[in-house]
Amino acid sequence: MLVEGIKSRPVYTGLSIQPRARRHIFALEGEGAHALLDRKPALDDTALSRSEILYVARGSQGKGNDEALRALGTDMFFAAPTIATLLFRLRGTLTTAHMGTRLYIAGTEGFIGQAMMVALDHGMDHASIVTEHRGSLARRVQCVHCKGVTEDVTHSPFSCGHCGLPLLVRDHYSRRLGAFQGVNIDAEEPGSAPDPEELFL
Amino acid sequence: MSGGTEIPVRVTRVTPVAHRIKRFRFERSDGRPMPYFSGGAHVIVSMNDNGHVRRNAYSLMSAPYDCSAYEISVLHVEDSRGGSSFMHEKVREGDEMRVSHPVNLFQPDWRGRKHLLIAGGIGITPFIAMMEQFSREGACFEMHYAIRTRDRGAYCEDLIARYGPQRVKIYCDAENDRIPVARLLDSQPLGTHLYVCGPAGMIDGVLTTGLEAGWPEQNLHSERFLSSQPGKPFSIELTRSGRTVHVGHHESMLEAIEAAGIDAPFLCRGGACGQCETMVALCDGKLLHNDVYLTEEEKASGRKVMLCVSRFEGKALHLDL
Amino acid sequence: MAIAFKQETFRDDFSYRNSPENIRRFPFPFDRDEYMYAVNMEPHLKGQKGTAFESLIDVDEHYVAEMHDRALVLKEDPLRYQALPHMMTAQWDTLELLMEEQAAGFPEHFTLIRNGDQWRWINRPLGIDDTFTFGDRSTLPYEPLEYITRQAQGDFCIVDQRDGNLWMDAGMVTTQADWSLDFDIGMNFMEWHGPVPLAHQMGVFDRALKFLLNLQQGKPTRRFNWTMTINPRLDTSPENYHKWGPDRASVTPENVGEKVHLRVEVQSLWRLPRSNAILFVIRCYLMNMNELVTVPKWARRFPRVLSTLPPELIDYKGLTRYRQTTIDWLSRFDDGAPTSPGTFPD
Repeated sequence: MLVEGIKSRPVYTGLSIQPRARRHIFALEGEGAHALLDRKPALDDTALSRSEILYVARGSQGKGNDEALRALGTDMFFAAPTIATLLFRLRGTLTTAHMGTRLYIAGTEGFIGQAMMVALDHGMDHASIVTEHRGSLARRVQCVHCKGVTEDVTHSPFSCGHCGLPLLVRDHYSRRLGAFQGVNIDAEEPGSAPDPEELFL
Repeated sequence: MSGGTEIPVRVTRVTPVAHRIKRFRFERSDGRPMPYFSGGAHVIVSMNDNGHVRRNAYSLMSAPYDCSAYEISVLHVEDSRGGSSFMHEKVREGDEMRVSHPVNLFQPDWRGRKHLLIAGGIGITPFIAMMEQFSREGACFEMHYAIRTRDRGAYCEDLIARYGPQRVKIYCDAENDRIPVARLLDSQPLGTHLYVCGPAGMIDGVLTTGLEAGWPEQNLHSERFLSSQPGKPFSIELTRSGRTVHVGHHESMLEAIEAAGIDAPFLCRGGACGQCETMVALCDGKLLHNDVYLTEEEKASGRKVMLCVSRFEGKALHLDL
Repeated sequence: MAIAFKQETFRDDFSYRNSPENIRRFPFPFDRDEYMYAVNMEPHLKGQKGTAFESLIDVDEHYVAEMHDRALVLKEDPLRYQALPHMMTAQWDTLELLMEEQAAGFPEHFTLIRNGDQWRWINRPLGIDDTFTFGDRSTLPYEPLEYITRQAQGDFCIVDQRDGNLWMDAGMVTTQADWSLDFDIGMNFMEWHGPVPLAHQMGVFDRALKFLLNLQQGKPTRRFNWTMTINPRLDTSPENYHKWGPDRASVTPENVGEKVHLRVEVQSLWRLPRSNAILFVIRCYLMNMNELVTVPKWARRFPRVLSTLPPELIDYKGLTRYRQTTIDWLSRFDDGAPTSPGTFPD
């Protein structure tokens, strides 16, 4: 379960299929595949004929899911080798999309954030995008000092991958950056940072 | 006054525009410029009908950046409670009146990649100012305007002349020409926002068609000016001021409370903005909620009521005022 | 009367000080001896001469130095100014408001001449005399919001109103109390207030949001906020926390008077006409403890307020390391006598 009570963090309400959508685009990462596979009963022939799946396995956690997703029989299926290539394809799809197209994103929070940023760039309202968190609780964190983003942060404090400052991961999330905020933990007394704790696994 | 500071104005022109529609031009009596406003905004016009003050909301239709005057268009409603009849029958050029500062409850979503405007009848008025602003700022828009008959369609030729037939399309009911809403909604680029203003049935129809076409509710905008509906007279007790106020057949609670000299907050007087939300201290009977502000749960709870459009039937209603 | 603008710094040698006249016009925010959390909104109306409210957009003796400091911050980090593309109309609204209010309040320093869309803006303290076309951004050296907020004291955020919420979609933020525009831009009212303790549970933000959604044109409103800052540093941004954070550990009983500052924000909120957005002005005032105790009423009241702060707020405002030292130092000036109501000096 994700920590609750963070006002700025989006609520990932689950991949409910919008029955009236003219086109469904599913952006799925790793275990996020199950968010859609679990909804198989809600996907009738009409929905399948209007659906496009963009999937990235990301390491071993998503093994075998691409076959299962392909077997759903959606109109289009694309297995991307990396998140970057998936996002590139998503951009292309949204550029020519019409109103009535609904976007569904499932996977880790960092992935949801990045796919959401692409959708916002195409004029979609974040509240209209359907999301579900699946997989690791690792956080995508932006260092507030050097602005560098570190992926898959599981510990706090952690060392910024860009400037090296020890960062506390604040419970403050930016949808626009798709990241939590990392702030130097020992600024007031350099060298006083506590040992890292594994908090987001 | 709780509705905000009023601006003293003089009626400098009254122009018949179409069947039962007149345009009124207001200039400031004190010679100062009118405040700028944003497309979609309305003002509350205060009408002094022999000591009885009526207040109606009207969309501003003059250019938002023209502060020499404000213009509104008023449809003479068939079963008018008095406001539009007063404007049509009593108001003459040279008359002194008062208008509120502009309030906008129908603001365009400025993020929109494209703005699809749908108007029915007098519902065209907020869009006239909006299109002026879109055009000046280079925003992409398209207007679809339904009228009942040619003689009732206000500003059709003006708008086509101004923005061209590609951007302004007229549909005349009498000629069996209807807005193909479903087809329109299926062909809009991602990031389009839709705005609809017109008769209640039309607004409901367009919004429903929008949801059925898979549009998210965030991209569907409407403005409905509800007017207070006539109904059975009733009395209300105001617990804080210790007064009893009688609400007549054609009166709203807000009007009756104002007539009794009690200051109650308001902004839109159309059940939309939430400003006149009032706590119910006791309700022995049934609240007739006519607003679009309170949620269904709030309405069912019977603990809040909007004074501007809602009514009451029953034995006793006590309000925290 | 013309203001004598000071040459001073908010970094390095920290030469910022308040003149005796400026101390008396300081907007001391506490109207009683204990701390109370409240929405505390009041109409933003002009107050008496010689107070920070004599004009609705205040200009004081620190104007020139503050604008110089802002320029330095922007040179280091241009992301302190940002505006999302749909906020251009609101930017022009803001430019108009700040020019009109500064010119009306301080005509000896600022003049605005409008001739249709052709405007001429004269800012004497900064030596600016520009003619431009209102609404045409190519006629200004910066975007309109950046242009005018390089010439106005305080931080500025413009919030867009839609879907029953307010969205922070543009801003100039260089004198902030530890929040990042770059991180918070695009957030709604509840989201950007996310890290604030206590107030969410008290329903403070729900009430404030409801109030602001119906904020009317021509009826601006204001509230106070406050914190404390070590050294007269305007730029206490999270971006630079690793640079100013060590200051907090530098307070000793000997240097409280010089180092510890009360930092007050007068926040005014204005409905903008053409965009229907809301301008959020966060005007920051700094006063060190030596200066504060020159007003006996404030010297008595401030340690009493500091003693009654809830622990969550002590932590959130970052006072933990030096609050007690400051109370101890201030207590020498508190003889226990009762204080008069209101915030102004006796």
